[in-house]
Amino acid sequence: MSFINYSSREINCKIVYYGPGLCGKTTNLQYIYRKTNPDQKGKLISLATETERTLFFDFLPLALGDIRGFRVRFHLYTVPGQVFYAASRKLILKGVDGVVFVADSQIERMEANIESLEDLKINLAEQGYELEKLPFTVQHNKRDLPNVAPLEEMNSILNPNGIPFFEAVAMTGRGVFETLKNVAKQVLLELKKHY
Amino acid sequence: MAEFDLVMYEEEFTRIDEELQKLHQQANAKVLFLVDKNGQLIASAGDTHNIDTTALASLTAGNIAATGGIARLLGEREFTILFHEGEKDNIHISLIGQRVILVVIFDQRSSLGLVRLRVKKASEALTRIFDEISSKAEKEKAEGRLEESPFAEISDEDIDNLFR
Ligand SMILES: Nc1nc2c(ncn2[C@@H]2O[C@H](COP(=O)(O)OP(=O)(O)OP(=O)(O)O)[C@@H](O)[C@H]2O)c(=O)[nH]1
Ligand SMILES: [Mg+2]
Repeated sequence: MSFINYSSREINCKIVYYGPGLCGKTTNLQYIYRKTNPDQKGKLISLATETERTLFFDFLPLALGDIRGFRVRFHLYTVPGQVFYAASRKLILKGVDGVVFVADSQIERMEANIESLEDLKINLAEQGYELEKLPFTVQHNKRDLPNVAPLEEMNSILNPNGIPFFEAVAMTGRGVFETLKNVAKQVLLELKKHY
Repeated sequence: MAEFDLVMYEEEFTRIDEELQKLHQQANAKVLFLVDKNGQLIASAGDTHNIDTTALASLTAGNIAATGGIARLLGEREFTILFHEGEKDNIHISLIGQRVILVVIFDQRSSLGLVRLRVKKASEALTRIFDEISSKAEKEKAEGRLEESPFAEISDEDIDNLFR
């Protein structure tokens, strides 16, 4: 649910990074934070455990520029990926405008990816959303590791509808902005459809 | 989409702002914020200079969402008021018409009783304004009047320019 303010000429959109524990959601936001000009970003807020696992969410507000005289702001959130934080994930999805699914490319995490994608669909459905109708991008992360599943296999399992996907190494930034840009573009085009 | 996007025009914004200014004064508060349930700041009153309003909005919404989750576990619909007491400043958070969150920060120059009382009155006025905003949005959508919106014309190029 984006927020269009004609008074301050701003538009706010919410993008959520979803995916299994340790897949690299927080790392995506940290990289974006590091590489964005100070005047285009707010604080990166991380509600995390002592071992740096996301406890509730990470939050990064970005104001990248104007479109037709409107300041466009993206509010990026990550969910906590660990299975037992299910209730928190539901809360963070509220009012989402676009979703990035970060998959962990390691073969042994395939089961966790599938479970997380299922969880995403169920949580969206509870709020009356359908993943198929939402701006949605898939990121195959950790492509630098030796034990990764082939892309074709990952896509056939996690991306049967053939939506846009990106290979990434969030730690070094490969694919991070490409992913963000793709989902942001879909969100803005969705607004165009509605208004 | 499941919900209507929140669209705010000058006219309603001015009325909301007036309500906040009034409440700010009458409650003797330091700062007030109005935040939507998704964590986006709608308006504020008082001295916000030393406050990261964007972060505050997001964390407040997270806080309300988490307590709302707890409420449902306990079979409550929602806890409509939260209060946090600090050494100097206190924070009073309330839900307005199930939709927006009103945050009042105050110190010893005011009191919880006063804040409660004034918030209650302001809530009624704000609820009316937000009701009008949603009916207006629905009406305009039905009439297809939103065509002149800036987004009708967004081009790929506009979007690419954001990511230079
Ligand atoms: N090798 C490699 N490691 C990565 C990559 N991306 C993230 N990591 C590492 O994976 C670990 C977990 O990353 P996080 O970003 O904290 O994972 P998360 O998805 O936020 O995890 P939760 O908060 O538990 O849901 C960290 O040690 C990262 O440095 C990558 O592309 N390659
Ligand atoms: Mg995390």
